[in-house]
Amino acid sequence: MPEISQLSGPEAVRVGFYVCHCGTNIAGTVDVKALAGYAASLPRVAVSREYKYMCSDPGQALIEQDIADHKLNRVVVASCSPLLHEATFRRALGRAGLNPFLLQMVNIREHVSWVHLDKKAATEKAQDLVRAAVQRVALHKPLQKRRVDINPSVLVVGGGIAGIHAALTLAEAGKQVYLVEREPTIGGHMAMFDKTFPTLDCAACILTPKMTAVGSHPNIKLWTYSEVVKVDGYVGNYKAQVKHKPRYVIDDLCIGCQECIAACVYKEGKTPDEFNLGLSMRKPIYLPFPQAVPQKVVIDRDTCIEFKSGKCKKTCVEACGDRLAIDFKQKETFDEIEIGAIILATGFKTFAPERNPYCGYGRYPNVYTSLEVERLINASGPTAGEVILRDGKKPASVGIIHCIGSRDANTNRWCSKVCCMYSLKLAHLIKEHTGAEVFNFYIDMRTPGKGYEEFYDRLLDEGVHFVRGRVAEVSDWAVHPSEEGKLVIRAEDTLAGFVRRIPVDMVVLSVGLEPQSDAQDVRRLFNISCASEGWFLERHPKLAPVSTFTEGVYIAGACQGPKDIPDSVAQAGAAAAEALALIDAKSVELEPYTASILEEECSGCKSCISLCPYQAIAFIEEKKKAYINEVLCKGCGTCVAGCPSGSIKQNFFEDEEIFEEIEGVLAYA
Amino acid sequence: MLSRQPSASETSQAKFEPRIVAFFCNWCTYLAADLAGTSRMKYAPNVRVVRLMCSGRVDPQFVLDAFAHGADGVFIGGCHPGDCHYQEGNYKTLKRYHLLKRVLKEMGIEEDRFRLEWISAAEADRVRTAINQMVEKVRDLGPLNLELKDLENAYAEEVLV
Amino acid sequence: MSDKSPDKPKVAFYWCASCGGCEEAVVDLAEAILDVVAKVDIVFWPVAMDFKRKDVESMADGSITATFLNGAIRTSEQESMARLLRSKSQLLVALGACSHLGGIPGLANLFDRASLMQEVYVHPPSTINAEGTLPQTHYQDNGHSVELPALHETVRSLDQVVDVDYYIPGCPPTPKTFLAAVQILLGSELPVKGTVLAPDCALCDECPRKDTKPEKPVFTEFKRPQQMLVDEEKCLLAQGLLCMGPGTRSGCEALCVRGNMPCSGCYGPTSRVRDQGAKILSCLASLVESKDEAEIDRVLSTIPDPVGTFYRYGLPGSLLRRKKPGVRQAPLPSR
Repeated sequence: MPEISQLSGPEAVRVGFYVCHCGTNIAGTVDVKALAGYAASLPRVAVSREYKYMCSDPGQALIEQDIADHKLNRVVVASCSPLLHEATFRRALGRAGLNPFLLQMVNIREHVSWVHLDKKAATEKAQDLVRAAVQRVALHKPLQKRRVDINPSVLVVGGGIAGIHAALTLAEAGKQVYLVEREPTIGGHMAMFDKTFPTLDCAACILTPKMTAVGSHPNIKLWTYSEVVKVDGYVGNYKAQVKHKPRYVIDDLCIGCQECIAACVYKEGKTPDEFNLGLSMRKPIYLPFPQAVPQKVVIDRDTCIEFKSGKCKKTCVEACGDRLAIDFKQKETFDEIEIGAIILATGFKTFAPERNPYCGYGRYPNVYTSLEVERLINASGPTAGEVILRDGKKPASVGIIHCIGSRDANTNRWCSKVCCMYSLKLAHLIKEHTGAEVFNFYIDMRTPGKGYEEFYDRLLDEGVHFVRGRVAEVSDWAVHPSEEGKLVIRAEDTLAGFVRRIPVDMVVLSVGLEPQSDAQDVRRLFNISCASEGWFLERHPKLAPVSTFTEGVYIAGACQGPKDIPDSVAQAGAAAAEALALIDAKSVELEPYTASILEEECSGCKSCISLCPYQAIAFIEEKKKAYINEVLCKGCGTCVAGCPSGSIKQNFFEDEEIFEEIEGVLAYA
Repeated sequence: MLSRQPSASETSQAKFEPRIVAFFCNWCTYLAADLAGTSRMKYAPNVRVVRLMCSGRVDPQFVLDAFAHGADGVFIGGCHPGDCHYQEGNYKTLKRYHLLKRVLKEMGIEEDRFRLEWISAAEADRVRTAINQMVEKVRDLGPLNLELKDLENAYAEEVLV
Repeated sequence: MSDKSPDKPKVAFYWCASCGGCEEAVVDLAEAILDVVAKVDIVFWPVAMDFKRKDVESMADGSITATFLNGAIRTSEQESMARLLRSKSQLLVALGACSHLGGIPGLANLFDRASLMQEVYVHPPSTINAEGTLPQTHYQDNGHSVELPALHETVRSLDQVVDVDYYIPGCPPTPKTFLAAVQILLGSELPVKGTVLAPDCALCDECPRKDTKPEKPVFTEFKRPQQMLVDEEKCLLAQGLLCMGPGTRSGCEALCVRGNMPCSGCYGPTSRVRDQGAKILSCLASLVESKDEAEIDRVLSTIPDPVGTFYRYGLPGSLLRRKKPGVRQAPLPSR
C-alpha cells in the first residue's frame, strides 16, 4: 500500500474539491450539493464546493483563492471531460503556485449527466468517480512539461484549392512549405470546374494565378506526382518520407513545350483522359491540362509503347532533342523532410452513381455526372465548351437529379452541401449554352450562404423548372410517342401530389461528396481519426474545427467533410494560422506522461525493448539495464504494463495511482 | 481503507446492479464516450471509466485488482487494430487479453465478465450498445462477490469440515 | 535483536502446510548454522527438538524474539498455532514460499474443499471407500474421543491470517538467502515492516545466461523442457521455454537455470508487483510475434496450464486468491 500522509504534519495532503453545475448540464441530473457534501466527508478533503461554472474566471479564481487560504496541495474538479478543460484548471493551479499536475478531473458531464436519466444512479456514479479521483490525486507528483524546439517548416498534403491556399498563406508568412500532390498537377477538383457559384466567376481565372504562384514561390517546395509514405516524430518535430513516382520526364529539364506530345508515335490519343473523366482521349505522353502546374509532361508507362515493347521509335525523345528531358529509366525516388506541422488537405471523391442503378448511369450514354458536365461546359474541355451529347446532338431538354449518393439511407446519409448550389449553377450554364428546358429534381433546396438564395431566385426567374420529389427511375421505356428516343425521368412531384414522367435528352446526376477511398490509410499514416463516415475527425466540431487529436496535424477542406470553395479556403486559412501559431511559438511543451526505467530495480530482462514502436527503449550493455529515451517516448505506457518486475513507471499513470483509482470507484459504502 | 460492504440497496431483493470497471484509451474509446455524451445518448449507469493513454497501458493486474475489489465485470476499450494512436499498443492488449481470458476462465470467472472492444473516436453508439449489452450479461450472471473482505471475518464465515 | 541485549534472542521455528523443505534448508546451513545457534536461543522447534504446544502457551506474550514459520495455513490447528505464535513473538517471519504466498499447497485453491475430499478419500485411484467415509473433526469410540483439525475452504498465506513482519522467499529459501535474512534481522537496524528479505530485482539480473537473451525475444511456440534438447548456455526464454525469471525476485542465484531448468517463480514477485502471474502473463503475451487473433490463440495455447504455471507458488497470495466457488455454501452458525 502506498504511503498517503494524513491531514496533519507539513507534508499532509490537502485536497480541494470543486463540482461544476455547468448551468443545468450537470446540476440537472447530478445532485451537485449532495456530491459536494459527499466529497467533504472523504479523507484528506479540506475544502469542498459547488459552483455554477467552474471554468469561468470566478470559478477558477475560487480555486486559486482556496489554494492560498486553505493551503491546498491537491485539487479535484468534477465537471466536463478532461479533454475539454484539464488545461484550463491546470493553468489555474499554476497561477496559484501549485504544480499543474496535482489536479485530477472527474468527467461527470459527458460520462454521467449527459448519458443517464436516473438522477440517483447518476449521482452515485459521480460519487464513485469523485472518490476515485480524491484517492488518486493524493498520489500525484509534481511533473514538469518538456519543452522542445519546433521545426518551422510545414508539410501540406494535397494540392487542391485548400492545400494551395494553405501553402501560399504559410509561404507568404516566410515559412518553408512542402506541398505534396499525388497527381501530376495541382489544382484538384476546382481546376475541373467551369464557373463557380454563386458569382459565376470562372474557376480557372481565379485558380490558375494561385497555382502559378505556388509553382514559383521561393518558399514552396512543390512535389507533384508524389506521395507521403511515412511519418514519424511528434508535434514540432515530424519527419516525413515522400515518394516521387517516376514521370519519366526529368522535372528540371522539361520546359513544358509539349513538342514531345505532338511527336508521339500515336497520332491520336487512345487512352481515356483522366482530367476530362474519359470524355476525351489522351496520348501516353501528356500534360494533364493546359494550365497544369508544374508545366511538365508525364509518361504513362501502362500505355507507352516503349514500356510495352521496348521497340518504339521514341519520336518524343527526338522532339525533345538536346534538352534530354525524357528518361525511360527513371526510378522512383525518396526525400526525407523534417517539419514542425502538417496540414492535410486531401479532398474528396465524388459518389460513383453506378451504385444507384435506378438512375441509369453506365446504361444510358446520355446520363452524365455533374462533374462530367462541368468538363463539357468548360471551354478547355473535351467539347471546347459545347454541351453536346455523345452523338454530337445538342440536348433540348435536360433533367438534373439532386442528391445522388446524398441523404440516402441506401448509400450516404449525409447532405453533401454543395450539390444544390452546383446544380443551380449547371442549370444556368446549360440553359445559357443550349437554351434547353432544364428540370431540377430535388428533395429540399438548400441554399444557405452569401448570395446563394438570391442565386436560386435568379434561376427561378430564368425559367428553370423545379420538381420537388425524389426520382424513382431513369429509363428509355416510352409509353407515349413524345417519349420515344428520350430518357424518361419518373418522379413523384410532392408539391403537385402526383407522379410525373418527364422525357429529357440528357440526365445530369448531382453526385454527392465522399471521403477519398484511401482516407483510412491516410489518416493512419498521419495518426489521426476519422468520423464514422470516413471524413477526418476534427478536434472539436465548433471550437477546433481544423485541429486534430494529434498535435501539430491540421485538416482543411473537404477531407474533413463536404464543403464548397469559400469554406475550403476559409478552413485552409485557419489551418495555416493554426500551424503558424504553433511554429512561431518556436518551442512547444509536451505532456510529461513519459515512462522511465527504475534503474536500480531493472533486471535487464529486455522484455520491454521490443514493445516500443518508437525505439525509445535501449539496452545499455555497460549497465545491463534498459533505458528509455524520454524524447522518443510518447507515453503510451505499453512497456509499463509489460514489465514483469514492475520496474518501469509512467508519469501521471503510475501503477499505484491507477490502483488507487480502481479501488476508489469500487470502494462504495 | 473504506468499507467495501455492499450497500443495503444491493443486498436487498432489488434488481442486482452490476459494477463494471472500464479502461478506456484516451484517443479512441474515451473520445467515443465523450461523443456519446455530447450526443446525449443514454446508457446504463453501471460503468466506471478509468482513463489511460492507451489500452496497451492496461496491466492485467488492473483487471484482477478490479475483480478482487468488487467489480462484477471489466471492460477494456481501445482503438481498432491498425488504428492505435501509438501504432500497436492495442495489439499488445489483444495478446494479453487472450491469455488473461484463459486464466480468468480457469479461476471460475465467467467469460462475459471480461470484454475487450475496439471503439473508435467516432463510434459513440458502440459505446452505448457495448456497455448496455455487457451490463445485461453481467446482470444475468449475478454478483461476482470477490471483494477482499476482512480475511478474519471471512474465516469466521467459512465452512469447516 | 541486538548483541547488546543481556539475553540471547529467543527464536522459534514452526511448520504448517508445507513439505518441510524450508526447515531442511535451515539445516542445510551446515557449519554456518553453528554461528547462528551461538547467537540465539531456540525455544521452540518441533521438527528438531521436543517441544509441546503448552510450552509455548506458557510463555509470556512477546517473549519470543522471532518466530520463523513456514507453510501455508489450511487447517484450524495451523491457524491457531499461527495466532499463538504471533502473540508470543516480537517478530513473525514467514519462511518460504508457502508461508509467503501460499506455495504449492495453495494450488488447492483451484478446487473447492468438497471435491478435494471426494477425490482424496472417496474416489482415490488406489483404495476403495465404498461407504464414502470422510475424516471427522470429532470421533468417539469406546469412551475415547479423538479430535482432528478442521480443514478451511481456502488455503491462505500466513499474512492472510496474522500480521507478518518479514518474509523469506523461496521453495525452499536457499541457505544463502536464509542466512542473509537472519543476518539482517540480527543487525542493528531492522528493515521496514513487510520487507521480503531478498534482492528486489528480477532473476535475470543474476542469471548466468543473461547475455544470451535477445533484445527481441519473440514467441511462436512455448515448449516444455521434456520436449526438446535444452541448450545449456542460451537463455531459456529464447529457446521457447516458459521461464518465470523476468517476473520473479532474485536471490536464489538462478539455481534452476543452472540446472538447465526454467525458473518456476518460487521467490515470488518483486515488491512493485501485486500479482506475479498477471505480470509474467502480460510480459510473455506481449512478445507473441503474430498480430492475427487465431495465431495468437494458437501460440498462447501452447502454454498448457497458465494458472498452474504463473501461480505455482503464489495463488493464495495473488489478487484473486482462489478459484471462484461455483455455489456459495451457507456459513455455519459458529465454530
